[in-house]
Amino acid sequence: MNLLSSLSPAYAEIFLLVMVCTILITDLFIVNHTKTLTYLLVQLSLLGCSLITVSTHEDGIVHIFHHMFVDDLMSDVLKLLTYLSVSMMLVYSRSYLMARGLFTGEFLALVLFATLGMMVMISASNFLSLYLGLEVLALSLYTLVALQRDSAVATESAMKYFILGAMASGFLLYGMSMLYGATGSLDVNRIAEVIHQGTANKQLLVFGLAFIVAGLAFKIGAVPFHMWVPDVYQGAPTAMTMFIGSAPKLAAFAFIMRLLVEALQPLMIDWSGMLMILAVLSMAVGNITAIAQTNLKRMFAYSTIAHMGFLLIGVLSGTVEGYGSSMFYAVVYVLMSLGGFGMIMLLSREGFEADNLNDFKGLNQRSPWLAFMMLLLMFSMAGVPPTVGFYAKFSVLNAAVQTGHLPLVVLAVLFSLIGAFYYLRIVKLMYFDAPESHEKLYIQPDSSLLISINGLAVLALGLLPNTLMSVCAVSVQQSLLH
Amino acid sequence: MIFGYPLLSAAIWLPILFGLLVLATGNDRNAKMARTVALVGAILSFLVTIPLYTGFDRMTSDMQFVEMKDWIIRFNIHYHLGVDGISVLFVLLNSFFTPLVVIAGWKVIEKRVAQYMAAFLIMSGLVNGVFVALDAMLFYVFWEAMLIPMFIIIGVWGGPNRVYAALKFFLYTLLGSLLMLVALLYLYHQSGGSFEILDFHRMAMPSLSAQILVFIAFFMAFSVKVPMFPVHTWLPDAHVEAPTGGSVVLAAIMLKVGAYGFIRFSLPIVPDASHYLAPVMITLSLIAVVYIGLVALTQSDMKKLVAYSSISHMGFVTLGFFIFNAYGMEGALLQMISHGFVAGALFLCIGVLYDRVHSRQIVDYGGVAKKMPVFAAFFMLFAMANSGLPGTSGFVGEFMVIMGAVKANFWYAFLAASTLIFGAAYTLWMYKRVIFGAITNDHVAHLRDIGGREKLVFVLLTVAVLGMGLYPLPFADIMHTTVNDLLVHLATPKVLN
Repeated sequence: MNLLSSLSPAYAEIFLLVMVCTILITDLFIVNHTKTLTYLLVQLSLLGCSLITVSTHEDGIVHIFHHMFVDDLMSDVLKLLTYLSVSMMLVYSRSYLMARGLFTGEFLALVLFATLGMMVMISASNFLSLYLGLEVLALSLYTLVALQRDSAVATESAMKYFILGAMASGFLLYGMSMLYGATGSLDVNRIAEVIHQGTANKQLLVFGLAFIVAGLAFKIGAVPFHMWVPDVYQGAPTAMTMFIGSAPKLAAFAFIMRLLVEALQPLMIDWSGMLMILAVLSMAVGNITAIAQTNLKRMFAYSTIAHMGFLLIGVLSGTVEGYGSSMFYAVVYVLMSLGGFGMIMLLSREGFEADNLNDFKGLNQRSPWLAFMMLLLMFSMAGVPPTVGFYAKFSVLNAAVQTGHLPLVVLAVLFSLIGAFYYLRIVKLMYFDAPESHEKLYIQPDSSLLISINGLAVLALGLLPNTLMSVCAVSVQQSLLH
Repeated sequence: MIFGYPLLSAAIWLPILFGLLVLATGNDRNAKMARTVALVGAILSFLVTIPLYTGFDRMTSDMQFVEMKDWIIRFNIHYHLGVDGISVLFVLLNSFFTPLVVIAGWKVIEKRVAQYMAAFLIMSGLVNGVFVALDAMLFYVFWEAMLIPMFIIIGVWGGPNRVYAALKFFLYTLLGSLLMLVALLYLYHQSGGSFEILDFHRMAMPSLSAQILVFIAFFMAFSVKVPMFPVHTWLPDAHVEAPTGGSVVLAAIMLKVGAYGFIRFSLPIVPDASHYLAPVMITLSLIAVVYIGLVALTQSDMKKLVAYSSISHMGFVTLGFFIFNAYGMEGALLQMISHGFVAGALFLCIGVLYDRVHSRQIVDYGGVAKKMPVFAAFFMLFAMANSGLPGTSGFVGEFMVIMGAVKANFWYAFLAASTLIFGAAYTLWMYKRVIFGAITNDHVAHLRDIGGREKLVFVLLTVAVLGMGLYPLPFADIMHTTVNDLLVHLATPKVLN
């Protein structure tokens, strides 16, 4: 086999890297304020990536770069969804960022770098490559949050994000080094083998595991490592918040799968208990604190924390069904989150952020269609059928019942009842209250079309959830076949 | 399937499609069009359910008009519909009320007409779905989905305190539903991976403690909807704040959904726990009948009075279920149908007054009979039916439940029969204060009697109330076989020793 064709699983990453460099250089010569050409190039690169990912797909699990990089069904599916969500995020945020002078070449290039980081995270099968992907993503995100230089809030939140993120990376690296010390390997599959043989020092392993779980909890924003989430979500420009709240969750799911499930499956009893604490605390703190918020972005931040708690329930049940349901949850969450933040940006204007709860007052009278889309998204987040959010919760809870975690399931449904309140409050504001301003809404055709697709997708996937559920289940199943 | 088209799917989706069509006609720009489309949709949706009655085979308790398609293959969930002698009546009741609600809101609703009509049509379809779903997850989806339109109806077109009432309604019901979801997931794993309700009926549930837990989870869901004492407090708020149409649907249909849940889930799936906990259920039912009846007596708000009267009457229904004999069960089901007609009619009567005077307080009325004689006559009939006068539909169910209760225990019957006094007392006393006496104020002095549209609604309901009261056989006949087989099923313990 020649070198070039043996690299085919990584063609998409290579292509994207080449494209980012090209875009960075071409952008220098584009003086046009709207950056249309750069924007189109970015969307084209994402499209190209998806075509490459589809065409280089191979059945089974392929490792390259000395087991550093893996290509399986799960990684392909997650990558495709990542491209999709990044591309949606760009459509949503274009006019918003343009109005604020942030729609620059750097922004687009950083988004693509972050995407590259996510792709590496999704496909990594070695601690080094996992960490590499994570840092490429994280550094791009820090910079994106800080992109609005003249905003004190944005800078402050970027600072917080950077410091806490760096600390989390430290935790992760420390845990990884412990595991390396105990098993003598950085390779995900090899570590699982060594632990399975039982020769490794158990105490050292669990010590390392605790740090790894803490680092992961930091990255996904699970309580008690969630402090950065509300501040960053609120402080960052909404487009960046949307970006942080969407595709990286998919990468984070892959990260959890590679680290906890593929490498540390033999320690499941240990991490399952840790995740349970994180899940319960996240659902409790997230749902209860969200009620007290008046800022929509901050409310979504707490709601994200609660959703991550739910996502962890699927993982901690420790079965293939459980992992599949968590993946489904992550995908559904990304879809809803894109819609929610998209709506904020849609209603924002130059010099005005529609991120206050009161900005949604009486939306039904100003635009019944947008209000209806938001209604679908909110009921979906609350997990009310027939929206897809219900099936996400349903499949996660099902996995937990199957493994006998009934008390956890009862707690989870009680917290989701509390959560229903603040989603309902938004519906209440839109439908039951009178609008505060009757100013006409100026809505870009591309983003309003997208929000319609987004909202209706939440409903359509709720009426016919079978396909997406099966895709998630099968892809997790395939990636765990050794 | 009959006449070559799937009747039950039509009963669900036809109103929903018409609801979407009404939404598409736009908002207040052409309200007339929205109303007309809604009425056509509602009548068509009622017409398609009639073959369910005429084509129904009364000799079997099996599910009929069955439709079965794969839905969520991964969890073995099917789009499985069917009706038996019990559910068919409720589909008809629900579809019968949809046109009435549309007509009742014809003139009264002026803001966002299309959304109002669409919400009712969509809800009607979803409620039909609840009654005909044979897959537990399908049931659950319809069950929760119907909260959304009701939430909007109360919150947008309701009274001054509508936001509080809407949120209370939603959160109360959601709490119960979520616990039911946990029970369904548990049953799914116990049954080896099936969500079929009929499989749940047949499967063994050997341990009594597990049965009791499942019973409690279902109880949380259904008792809130019925509503049973002590989780009834959302109902007076929701009723009072909802627009007339919303109150009618709440009383006539939504409460029945909870009682239906007991019959479809609690009793047949966990029969031993049902027997074991029957004393508790009977006690709660009797508290509802007696205590809530007394509470109704003290109300000064007409809608609140009828709301409490509904809770009291629904106490009869749950009493009838848990004394486990044919009189009780059939009486309870007849009471459900009758209460649908009567409570719906009473709320429409109050709506007629409210539209004219904009007050629900009894003290704001007096001497209405002098100004609205025709209305007073209709109101009289429905008030009598509410107090269970023989010859009206209210009598049949109550009488049968009391007969059943005598068989079970004299004191049950004694306490239950007190409703005949209390029910007459609160209903007729309210009637007397509102309708008779001297004209007390200018508002009443300027009242105009009901017009043709309102007369039509009341005539239809009168036919139903009197027809069922004088000749209940068509209703009792269709449910007979199903009820008997259900009782046999309930008499067979699932716990072996």
